[in-house]
Amino acid sequence: MSEGEIARLREEVEEKKTLIANIRNKPWRMKRRLTHLKEAQAFVDKFEGALGKGKGKWARKWYAYKVMMTKKWIKFQRDFENFRTACIPWERKIKEVESHFGSSVASYFIFLRWMYGMNLVLFGFTFGLVVIPEVLMGLPYGSIPRKTVPRAEQETAQDYSVLMDFNGYCKYSVLFYGYYNDQRTIGLLKFRLPLAYLMVGIGTFGYSLMVVIRTMAKNADVGGGDGEEGEFTFAWKMFTSWDYLIGNAETADNKYASITTSFKESIVDEQENQKDENIHLRRFLRVLANFMIICSLGGSGYLIYFVVKRSQEFATRDDLSWYEKNEVEIIMSLLGLVCPPLFETIAELEDYHPRIALKWQLGRIFALFLGNLYTFLFALFDEVNTKLEEEQAIKNASIWAMKEYYANFSRLMNDSEATPPPMDPSDVIRGPCWETAVGIEFVKLTVSDIQVTYLTILIGDFARAVIVRFLNYCWCWDLEAVYPSYGEFDISGNVLGLVFNQGMIWMGAFYAPGLVLINVLRLLSSMYYQCWAVMCTNVPHERVFKASKSNNFYMGLLLLILFLSLLPVVYTIMTLPPSFDCGPFSGKAKMFDVIMETIDLDLPAFMGTLFSYAANPGLIIPAVLLMVLAIYYLNSVSEAYKNSNNELKKKMQMARDEEKNRRNNTDSTNQVMKDLEDLLPNRSLAPPPEEPEPEPEPEVKPTKTKPGKGVKLEMDVTLASANPNARGPGGRPPGPRGPGPGGPGGPGGPGAGPGRGRGRPPPR
Amino acid sequence: MGTTASQLGKDLLSEYQELTFLTKQEILLAHKRFTELLTKDERDGANSRLPMDRILTLPELKSNPFRERICHVFSTSPQKDGSLTFEDFLDLLSAFSDSATLEIKSHYAFRIFDFDDDGTLDGSDLEKLVNCLTGETDETRLSPEEMRQLISNILEESDIDKDGTVNLSEFQHVISRSPDFVSSFKIVL
Repeated sequence: MSEGEIARLREEVEEKKTLIANIRNKPWRMKRRLTHLKEAQAFVDKFEGALGKGKGKWARKWYAYKVMMTKKWIKFQRDFENFRTACIPWERKIKEVESHFGSSVASYFIFLRWMYGMNLVLFGFTFGLVVIPEVLMGLPYGSIPRKTVPRAEQETAQDYSVLMDFNGYCKYSVLFYGYYNDQRTIGLLKFRLPLAYLMVGIGTFGYSLMVVIRTMAKNADVGGGDGEEGEFTFAWKMFTSWDYLIGNAETADNKYASITTSFKESIVDEQENQKDENIHLRRFLRVLANFMIICSLGGSGYLIYFVVKRSQEFATRDDLSWYEKNEVEIIMSLLGLVCPPLFETIAELEDYHPRIALKWQLGRIFALFLGNLYTFLFALFDEVNTKLEEEQAIKNASIWAMKEYYANFSRLMNDSEATPPPMDPSDVIRGPCWETAVGIEFVKLTVSDIQVTYLTILIGDFARAVIVRFLNYCWCWDLEAVYPSYGEFDISGNVLGLVFNQGMIWMGAFYAPGLVLINVLRLLSSMYYQCWAVMCTNVPHERVFKASKSNNFYMGLLLLILFLSLLPVVYTIMTLPPSFDCGPFSGKAKMFDVIMETIDLDLPAFMGTLFSYAANPGLIIPAVLLMVLAIYYLNSVSEAYKNSNNELKKKMQMARDEEKNRRNNTDSTNQVMKDLEDLLPNRSLAPPPEEPEPEPEPEVKPTKTKPGKGVKLEMDVTLASANPNARGPGGRPPGPRGPGPGGPGGPGGPGAGPGRGRGRPPPR
Repeated sequence: MGTTASQLGKDLLSEYQELTFLTKQEILLAHKRFTELLTKDERDGANSRLPMDRILTLPELKSNPFRERICHVFSTSPQKDGSLTFEDFLDLLSAFSDSATLEIKSHYAFRIFDFDDDGTLDGSDLEKLVNCLTGETDETRLSPEEMRQLISNILEESDIDKDGTVNLSEFQHVISRSPDFVSSFKIVL
């Protein structure tokens, strides 16, 4: 076979292979697909071997081997995909919820599952790299002061109430920062624990950031981000409002009712858009509402500050009631419960469209939580600073006590030569260890948050459902229909709760490695508990109203919270000195000194000099400038893409207008086209092929616009794919508008032969 | 080509995996659910068809207002009675699966909504569509006045060439902008 023939054959084989890979994208019947598949496979099998011919025995063997490996690889990939899908937990559960409540409620559970996965990975990092090494290779409990309960607390260390407060044995365990030893390397493997601790802390944020951004990018892809709101409202309501996952008659009825309501509302809305109400009254009410809400936000912030300050006073006393000990957490959770309904009631004054009102509501709840969290943090910082001051005094005191102890010992033994045994660890005077204190605060906050959430579900949903159900028999009005009736699942409230919970975990995980474990357990139990609660006590929403694009909205919130929780941790790492006697960084001036130490001692010498050059301001400033320039450049490139996108849209619109004009205009402008039209079978639906389209489209399109073009043209070409009803052999949709080489869509369109040149008529 | 007895052959299974968007477990589950609906004799025969009324007992389709249209669209029966073979059933599930592309979904959505099968969505198609969506009872239906208003609004939005009907390309243009479509146009067994 000649070279040309071989090349052509190879091309055909490639084409068939692409066909096989894409065959499921074609809207054909199964029979047709099967025949095509068999045909294509037979062709490939027959000729692939032949292609190897004439190149020598080994080359042929190699070729056959390669082919077999590719087949095996494809099969392996498919099996792996199957395996991966089988591993996803809770599919059945979520599907059940979906069929009863629709996809918006189920999206909360899908989000919960995603969070669970992320937390599981964080848990793996923390435990695998920090906790397990310390437990296995580090010193055991009781050997050094930081790992032992002080003598004074030992009698109460096992009490349940003390443990619930995370004092006693809990405080001096792997759960908290203070337990970890500052030895540079531990065990046979010379595991560098302090370095690992710091790296895991930073890696937690890095990994979370990566995962959140990757998910956001994936969601943005599917959403088709740049459609304007309000375009196609009616058409979308009509074509996309039904949720095909609904499998339950009651939910279906609800959906019918809500669709009807939304139709009627939109019809009325259209007509009312012209009406001009009393705009001044409306504005005044809105300003008033915002003012009231700001007041309540400020009030809640102040309340938290006040309570935290009070808890510092309480810390000095001993006779505290349960309420006084947990006051901070109780107040914070209560505020989280009470304020959102309050905001909703105030928002009645504003009279916005429900979708906008929901956005405002979410924004306000977000501000509430954020304000609370940061006030809490600031109050905590005050406490930390006080502890730091205390530390200095205690440091001196403990050195003094040590000297005294040795002096006493040598006096008693009357022998100044003998080395005294080290002081019993529980007797050593301890510093205040502010990091563990911060960790304990976060753990207590998380635990109380969990308790409040579960209690709310139990009382707010379950007890309510039980009451409505059983009291209905002997009550004057119909409890189920009027008030209080069964609860609806509050999607946005729950999602926000989850997001903020995660923020607290991110903030606290550096100081309390055990917090991640607590969170993983919490998410796991939440999944089962909430699934049960939703199926058992909730009814489907009456107003099924999709805050669509909300997936990315919640991810955006998560990203924001990630940044905001990163700030305090980074601040403390950079500026505050670690405690002198607890934690893996004790004795150092700053926490990140451990990195310097590692660079000096562990890495080869040239890396040390490399890093010192890199830290030179003369290098950093140009690097920063370069990055700023790069951002500016990318920004302007994306602007250019947007502009060209708009241009193309306008062109499409223009082309359609021309088509419309031409159709209305009985004189066709081109004689050739008129003849062709006469030849075509009489299909009133097939628009005339786009042939005489004058070439105003500048052929010289800069390559930059290719991606944009590719997207639109992709759509055009697939319109050509076999729709058995609409198009005949001659009627092709708006034809080649300058496709790039090897136009998108590949083989498959009727008449889309190879080599569609720019603007040439299709070869037919 | 078709299923015999109660087991799917391995070759057939891998072919189906090539040709549809479904995973192996999904195909096997679909096969199980399909054969459950067959009677004893039908199970032994090759290439048996399930009549439409039995398919509509599936809980996933039972509450769907478009269930009959779906069966008609995916059916390859020469009598046009909406009965499905196993392969038609797989086609259905593949088009409604999570991994199906937007083009496939919009193509089939268009055919489902085209009640009179003439290749375009005209006024009567749209009216039947709205009636399906608003339920059976009289109190949920729209008045004729509202119906007219609604249909004219829809045509104004989506009919680009102003011929009074929505054809496939206009439909796909509208649908591709919708953020909800792909996630709601899903059926999972």
